[in-house]
Formats: sequence, structure tokens, C-alpha cells
Amino acid sequence: MLGMVTRAALACLMLAGVLMAPARADDTLDKIKQRGSIVVGVKNDYKPWGFVDPSGKIVGMEIDLAQDIATKLGVKLELIPVTGANRMEFLTQGRIDLILATMGDTPERRKVVGMIEPNYYAGATNVLAPKSAGLKQWSDLKGRKVCAVQGAYYNRRVSQLYGPELVVFPAVPEAMSALQGGNCVGFLFDDTLIVSTLSAGDPKWADYEMPLASEDPQAWAMGVKLDDLNGPLGEFLKKLSVDWHKTGTLVELEKKWGIKSSPFLQEMHDKYKGS
Amino acid sequence: MEGIADFFRWLNDARGINLSIFYDALDRSRFLEGLWTTVWLSLICTVLSLVIGIVGAWLQGARFGAVRGLVQGYIQFFRNTPPLVQLFFFYFAIGNQLPHVIDEHGMLVPPISNIGWAILSLSLFAGAFNIEIFRSGIEAVPRAMVEAAESLGYSRLGVFWHVLLPLAFRISLPALNNNLVNLVKTTTLAYAIAVPELLYAAAQIWSEVLNVREMMNVLLVTYVALIAVLVAGMSRWERALRIPGYNP
Repeated sequence: MLGMVTRAALACLMLAGVLMAPARADDTLDKIKQRGSIVVGVKNDYKPWGFVDPSGKIVGMEIDLAQDIATKLGVKLELIPVTGANRMEFLTQGRIDLILATMGDTPERRKVVGMIEPNYYAGATNVLAPKSAGLKQWSDLKGRKVCAVQGAYYNRRVSQLYGPELVVFPAVPEAMSALQGGNCVGFLFDDTLIVSTLSAGDPKWADYEMPLASEDPQAWAMGVKLDDLNGPLGEFLKKLSVDWHKTGTLVELEKKWGIKSSPFLQEMHDKYKGS
Repeated sequence: MEGIADFFRWLNDARGINLSIFYDALDRSRFLEGLWTTVWLSLICTVLSLVIGIVGAWLQGARFGAVRGLVQGYIQFFRNTPPLVQLFFFYFAIGNQLPHVIDEHGMLVPPISNIGWAILSLSLFAGAFNIEIFRSGIEAVPRAMVEAAESLGYSRLGVFWHVLLPLAFRISLPALNNNLVNLVKTTTLAYAIAVPELLYAAAQIWSEVLNVREMMNVLLVTYVALIAVLVAGMSRWERALRIPGYNP
């Protein structure tokens, strides 16, 4: 009995030694140019920002942006699918050079990754729910099962404010499948994505709606390592992002991918157009 | 209590080691609920899998070939497929096809929740192994014992319950320990169908607070401790059941 406890304690001690060993980054832009390719972490389950097309290729609005970055740098584009739960780890570990994966720009995250400004998109929070659920306001979610996806920034806020029982899945397809199976009353998600899901005309979603008022507008940002934020890569991306707004690239891409036009992009376009 | 919270808050600010479960009320309650879910999920699955193991081992000795075949089919199905695939299969393939029932909000919901499927699937998975473990124990009991019991007038069930099982159980215990330790670890798979157990709670916390490395350590330490308790209990049981002088 005592031996067991001692051994368990020893195992714990060994683990404690593994805590905390921050990784250092050299200049990432140099590495990208040497390598001849930029490795970008993107979503592959987030239509239409990053998703798999019938031929198996990852496509979407964010992939177009990533391609633009690679073209401007004169290097090849390499895509690595990431999820909300692992993208920042992938970046700090150096498995990817850049996050371009529907990442909300929050103060908490700014401690871990460098957020490129100006932000390239902004969404807000809403739920996708069957019409029969009859949801009217956010407080209707209290105590009800609500599907969600792991790592989304709004999970915490919504669960603290409205007290739903969140049923959180690793990725979007599982969550949507659970919603369709009636396992939850709604699916907590970005409003723009809900709109594009509903407007795509898939009969699967014919009896679903976006019943609540969108809340908590949140800007999305590209993420680089903290060391790169004010380095050559960060500066390059900041300039490029201004360009995207100025020339209307983002507004066009939004149209191309059938996303409901967001007031944020129009505002930014008008702001930078004159400059 | 406040002193502990202050210490961990300081640890985060000064050293960058963010153990939010010790100072953030939401994270702490999520973690503790996760721990509790893992504990009772493991307990229920352990008991159910033992029942399945005992009944299954008894049915393996049944006179009807059909019954033996059925048990064999069950073992093959659950032993030869990955437990994660089983969970997905039950939850997404079968669960959504079953006739839905109306819940208290008037919504049509599947009759079995994700937790229900996790209990069912994990118990059946571990139960399949337990049957084989008990069979190995039963086969190790000398044939002469059974014949002696039969000649004393025991029924088939009587032989199984009073003679075979008590001896076989003792022989099987080391292998059974292994399987139960595995079962406790396999409960983490329920995470994939959003059962709020320990791994799920930890993943929630680290994807929001961004303390992946810290939570990975917390998880490992917690599971080491959990399993140490289980193993200590099982060894005690093994000693308590020992028959002095009986060495099969």
C-alpha cells in the first residue's frame, strides 16, 4: 500500500520536471524564404472559410488569403489543418508559421500569440436551432443542452452569462451531427457561418433558424509567434492586411465565398480607401 | 482557501505557470465535476462489466450451441473493434436512428443520452474482455473439482456459483486488475462524444485559458493518483480473498 503511494508520488515528481520549457523562435521570415514555403495552419471543417472540397482539397476564403501571402512572398503554400484547441500550440511549437484559422482576437490569446492588425474579419455569436425549439432570447438556453465546438472563444462567455449545459465536440461536423440527431437544442456558433449554412439551401437545414440576436462582436486575426509580431514577418503581414482592406480584396472574397457581407469589412474598406 | 488561490494567482503572474483550476471558480468547478464524472463512470462501468463477465463466462459453458455462439459473437465484435469506433458507432450511427422521445421541453430527443451510450459501450467493451478473463480462470480450475461437486448433487448453476466461480475469480484477479485499470483509462474516450469527464473538462479549460502544458501535467498526475487508488483497492481485495495453502 505504502509502496504504491511512494511510487505514484515519484511518478508525479518526474512529471513536475517537465513543466515549462519555452521555445525560442529565430527569424521566421528568413526560415520561410530558405525553406521556399510557408506553413499555414487553417481550418478544414469551417465552411466557407476553410473546408474540404469534393476533390479532397482544402479551399475557402482563408485559403485564398494564405495563397495571397505565399504568392506575395514568392514561396510555396503548405496547409496544415488545425482545430481551435491545438492551433496555438502548433504555432508556439513551430509546426506552423502562421495561424489563419477563424481565430478570434482576445486579450487572453494575445499573451500567447501575436495578433496581426488590422483584423481581417469580424463575426458575432449566435445559435443555429430547429424552428420547433422556439428559442426567443439568450436566457431561454438556461439549463438546456447546447452543442458547441471546443476552443471557441464564446463558449466561456455564453456559459457564464446564460448557463446552458454546453455539449462540446472536437470539431464542427460532430457538433452539427449531434444537433441534427436532436442531442441538443441548438448549436452555438459564429453568426456569419450560421447564415451561410442556412442560405446554402441544403434541405437538411430547412427547418432550422438563427433565432437570437447576435452578440459579442469579435474581430478575427492572423496569428504569428510573439517574437515575430514586430519582426519582419509581422510587419509584412500588417502591411498586407491593410492592403487587403484598402483594395477591397476582403470584400470581394466575402462575395466569392457567399458569406453575408459583414458591416466590419465595409467599414474597414471605407476607412482605408482614402488613405 | 483564499491563501491557496492567491498563491496560484501569484504563480501565474510571476512564473507564468497558469493552474487556473486552483483560483478560477468556473474552472475549478468544471475540473471537479469532470473528476467526479470520471469516478462514477468508471465505477458503474466496472460493476456492469463484471456482471457481464460473470454471466458471459457462465453462458460460455451452456449446453445450447446457439447460446455459446451468441456469446462468442459478442466477444469477437467488442474485442476486435476499437472502443472509440464503438462509441462513435453507438452515438452517431445507432443513437440518431432510434425512435426519439419527447423531453420536458417538448423536444424530440434520442432515447439514450451521450452518457448513457458511454456507460453502455464501455461496459460492453470491458465486459467482453472480462468474459475471456473469467474463462481462463474457470479453465484453470481442476476438472476433478467440478466432478466432485457434481457427485455431491450440485446443479449446473450451483457448481458454477459455489465452486467454479469462487476459485476462478481468485485465479483471474491479476488479469482482471489489468482490464479494470484499462477500463478507467478508456473512459477518457467518452470525451469524443462530449461526456463531461476529466479529459473533456481539462480540454475545455486549456482551450479557453490556454494553459495546455499545465493541464496536461494536471491530467497525468490526476490519472496516476486515480489508478493508484484503484490498484491499491484491488490488491487489498486480492489479499483478502487469498485462501491460505491453495495454489491452483
